[in-house]
Amino acid sequence: MSLTANDVKKIAHLARLGIAEQDVEHYAKDLSGVLELMTRMDQLNTDGVTPMAHPLDQIQRLREDAVTEIDQRDHFQTIAPQTEAGLYLVPKVID
Amino acid sequence: MHKKTLGELAAGLRSKEFSSVELTQHFLDRIKQHQDLNAFITVSADSALQQAQAACQLLAAGNAGPLAGIPIAQKDIFCTLGTKTSCGSKMLDNFIAPYDATVVEHFNRAGAVMLGKLNMDEFAMGSSNENSFYGPVRNPWATDCVPGGSSGGSAAAVAARLAPAVTGTDTGGSIRQPAALCGVTGLKPTYGRVSRYGMIAYASSLDQGGPMARSAADAALLLQTMAGFDPKDSTSVDQAVPDYSAGLNDSLQGLKIGLPKQFFSTELDSQMAATIQAAIAEYQKLGAEVKEVDMPNLNLAIPAYYVIASAECSSNLSRYDGVRFGYRCQNPEDLTDLYTRSRGEAFGAEVKRRILMGTYALSAGYYDAYYLKAQQVRRLISEDFKRALSEVDVLMGPVTPSTAFKIGEKTSDPIQMYLEDIYTIAINLAGLPAMSIPAGFIDGKPVGLHVIGNYFSEAKLLNVGHRYQQVTDWHLQIPKGFE
Repeated sequence: MSLTANDVKKIAHLARLGIAEQDVEHYAKDLSGVLELMTRMDQLNTDGVTPMAHPLDQIQRLREDAVTEIDQRDHFQTIAPQTEAGLYLVPKVID
Repeated sequence: MHKKTLGELAAGLRSKEFSSVELTQHFLDRIKQHQDLNAFITVSADSALQQAQAACQLLAAGNAGPLAGIPIAQKDIFCTLGTKTSCGSKMLDNFIAPYDATVVEHFNRAGAVMLGKLNMDEFAMGSSNENSFYGPVRNPWATDCVPGGSSGGSAAAVAARLAPAVTGTDTGGSIRQPAALCGVTGLKPTYGRVSRYGMIAYASSLDQGGPMARSAADAALLLQTMAGFDPKDSTSVDQAVPDYSAGLNDSLQGLKIGLPKQFFSTELDSQMAATIQAAIAEYQKLGAEVKEVDMPNLNLAIPAYYVIASAECSSNLSRYDGVRFGYRCQNPEDLTDLYTRSRGEAFGAEVKRRILMGTYALSAGYYDAYYLKAQQVRRLISEDFKRALSEVDVLMGPVTPSTAFKIGEKTSDPIQMYLEDIYTIAINLAGLPAMSIPAGFIDGKPVGLHVIGNYFSEAKLLNVGHRYQQVTDWHLQIPKGFE
């Protein structure tokens, strides 16, 4: 199992992750190596084994549907790259 | 002052041998003197001295806890209100957390003084601290070598006596491996024991914070402050916290130690094997019994871990989009360009590799073959541990395949670096507590003994560590130049 340069570009796009053109081949090689490592799991028959998502098999706790947090918009927006009138600014999406 | 235990420091503060301000200044001076280790990303001298002043009042009032006025440092993965929390990444180089992590809140409430934030591999991904945006940390025992990772700054700071005790986090070995390579005591608690709220997420089903200190007794005091149920962490476990110091001196007569056959295979370096065997012999002198246990699925821990950790990482790190906080690229053309370039410019190579790997493993058509399969393997590994720990009290073995390696030695091959965690990773998959304690030296570089226990057996592990430290002095050794 190995990944091509095109595979890497496709995955990078899915992850919205910029990869410099000259690094693509390098990532393809590294990731193919890691993938080969991962396929070692195929040696083990896991038919009927329940997947383990939480080490203690805990279930999600529920809480009462009550207000627990106060509005801290101004506080949180002090660390935002760009805001205006309480809104986060991004490049224009719709013309 | 920097050679005293936490207990001695607490006594010294109470007898007025020194004040918290003097103690804090002493450590701040040492941090400055040894800044070439690069153990700290941020030194918060001003706020530390303010906290020390406040602690003096708390101590004068007479009802202060054991950590009041004692300087500690936080791994830079724990959010600290008003102090930069970088997680070792360019992405968060400008991030001033708007709140405190629960762990930080606990230390503040205890009156502890925070000296600063410790260097680490970017987003806790790495085993050498070479993946930090702020540069590698040097191992105080051999400054051309790595301290281990990802809590490399934490381990180096304790070994060099730049802080009496610190925090770390462990997703695949990130407390134990650097603790081993730097000759300090590091404990990864049971998953869910220490709150993850405000601890920047890497792989949420594996991440766990814990103490790193010079001795098991000091680690017990730290864990006492860190542990506990937190409603703000949905995976936090609602179980009473025992007194971790109460049983430190319990006898080890009849303690059953299991040695996983797979930990002592022919691949284990002979000097490493001899050092670990010598430590185990010491336990036999203390009355422990030893037997071999078989854990057939351990060899699949690394592949299963890298699927699960990468998948969870790709999901967790999708929050860094350049919109609400963190790094934003210059002059984005459109929204996609904003996301893609902000992430591409601010994440380092290892973080990118894991995001790509995780995105692939979770993409349509591959989920069953990778993530589901890895979760099934995880179950089988966890059952191996359950079986072994039903026969014995603790498991022992090496923490690392070798002692600290040279800076740059393993950076070109990610898989070589991944194999560094071959003995630690399975414990995270099972969610068990485990500890590394100093157990000797090979060519002047420290070796760690791995002690693994059953769920919520932290007190037992600390007892096992403490009794060993009563009859050995490996943990008291100080690297040259740091006396």
